[in-house]
Amino acid sequence: MTTEYKKPLPYIHTETRAYWEGAKAHELLLRKCRACGRYHFYPREFCPSCFSFDVEWVKASGRGTVYSVTVCHHPAPGFGKDVPYNIVLVELEEGVRMMSTVVECANDDVLIGMAVEVVYDDVTPEVTLPKFRPVRKTN
Amino acid sequence: MGVLTRKAAIVGVSESDLGYTPDKTFLQLIAEATNRALDDAGLKKSDIDGFFSAGWITMESIMVAEYLGIQPAYSDNTLPGGSAFEFHIEHAVAAISAGLCETALICYAETPLSDRKRRMGRSFTTGAPQEPEEQFEIPYGQWVPVPTYALAAQRHMYQFGTTSAQLAEIAVAARKWASLNPLAAMRDPLSIEDVLASPMMSTPLRLRDCCLVNDGGGAVIVTTAERAVNLRKKPVWILGCGESHTHRSITGMPDLTVTPAKFSGQRAFRMAGLSPSDIDVLELYDSFTITVLLQLEDLGFCPKGEGGRFVEGQRLAPGGLQPANTGGGGLSCLHTGMFGIFLLIEAARQLRGECGDRQVREAKTALCNGIGGSLASSGTVILGVD
Repeated sequence: MTTEYKKPLPYIHTETRAYWEGAKAHELLLRKCRACGRYHFYPREFCPSCFSFDVEWVKASGRGTVYSVTVCHHPAPGFGKDVPYNIVLVELEEGVRMMSTVVECANDDVLIGMAVEVVYDDVTPEVTLPKFRPVRKTN
Repeated sequence: MGVLTRKAAIVGVSESDLGYTPDKTFLQLIAEATNRALDDAGLKKSDIDGFFSAGWITMESIMVAEYLGIQPAYSDNTLPGGSAFEFHIEHAVAAISAGLCETALICYAETPLSDRKRRMGRSFTTGAPQEPEEQFEIPYGQWVPVPTYALAAQRHMYQFGTTSAQLAEIAVAARKWASLNPLAAMRDPLSIEDVLASPMMSTPLRLRDCCLVNDGGGAVIVTTAERAVNLRKKPVWILGCGESHTHRSITGMPDLTVTPAKFSGQRAFRMAGLSPSDIDVLELYDSFTITVLLQLEDLGFCPKGEGGRFVEGQRLAPGGLQPANTGGGGLSCLHTGMFGIFLLIEAARQLRGECGDRQVREAKTALCNGIGGSLASSGTVILGVD
């Protein structure tokens, strides 16, 4: 049995639809400039560095590190039941930063500099939110 | 001297009634502040030909001008957040020195405390699809402003070892100034321990790291050098200004430890031909304690990363080496949403020697720095008196 998802959903438009379609397919897609080679986030139809309109979608590695973190004790609308919850800025290996949340980890254990990898939370049939979890040490 | 130095002066300032004003609209507060500022200057409403306002309603500036009965020759509603009025000063001086207007009114009011009780909130985002927050931040439980500033504070702590006790020094100093200001909302003693024991909002920021929420407004009148010397009060000269913005959403902030005050400050100091050691009074936007600390570094009052040590020992407090936020600031006097106009009002009064128990002795220069949005915009204004 599923319950209705009551938190805010992304307001998707044509410029960013591919990002969200990617997330739904469990891929993290970034915009990369063919002219200067730089990635950017959030996705635009052009490169905000060199202003070339020759940009492509590239699948990201999904790995990064926590750039900053805060644990919210007062909720945003829709998040009342989640308090306290963490918000992070993740610096991806490709050099761009995105906001997300770290799962599979206690709030107090989410630390700046921590290595994380993307996981996908299918919050509704239409929308998947990329989230992150600590990289597990493997033998 | 820079291109705009001493071309114009602040000649009239006032706030409206402050605190909780449920029986008044923001328009009434603007009229009240404007009337008092005109009286402060010895000018009439008909003298105003330059109009500067900032607010959240669509086309608010022309609504305010209609309400006041002003048909300006020059109009500007630049809205980069709480720093708007520092931007307006630069724009007003530029317009006045170009001869496009002679006497400018900068005015603003907001009633967030009354609105909250009436359940009439406003959001920093409009919900429009093009806003990056709507897609890439809000689905993760982000809200403005506390978590955004908390992310910056956390990063500063990580990079430079800044502590919560150091941030608390800023809140305690503000409260000491507020205790000397009859208009301040929070005047009871506050200790570092009190700040550290206040409820957690968004780590590492606690309730007393955060500004107040009140109703209120203000007005500032700027005019030509020629006219300024013949008015009721001594002219507060505009010596230098600068403005900058680097991002909109906190995700887009290039470095969470560097605000655009770095750039607006450099421009303002260069124009004024002054350096931080020349500044007697500091009025820094204190939406949060971390906001003050970042500005101290970015404006060059201490090196990057040294802000925590710099504010220790109550350096910003009455009697301290670097008097700052002398009315009690947004942390203890009031905060209406866009605090920048109150920085200008307090600085002008300090430079005129009108501040009674909280007067900084021999104050000849002041620096106001407004910060808007998610540490996104910065406007610096350097003022001086003869």
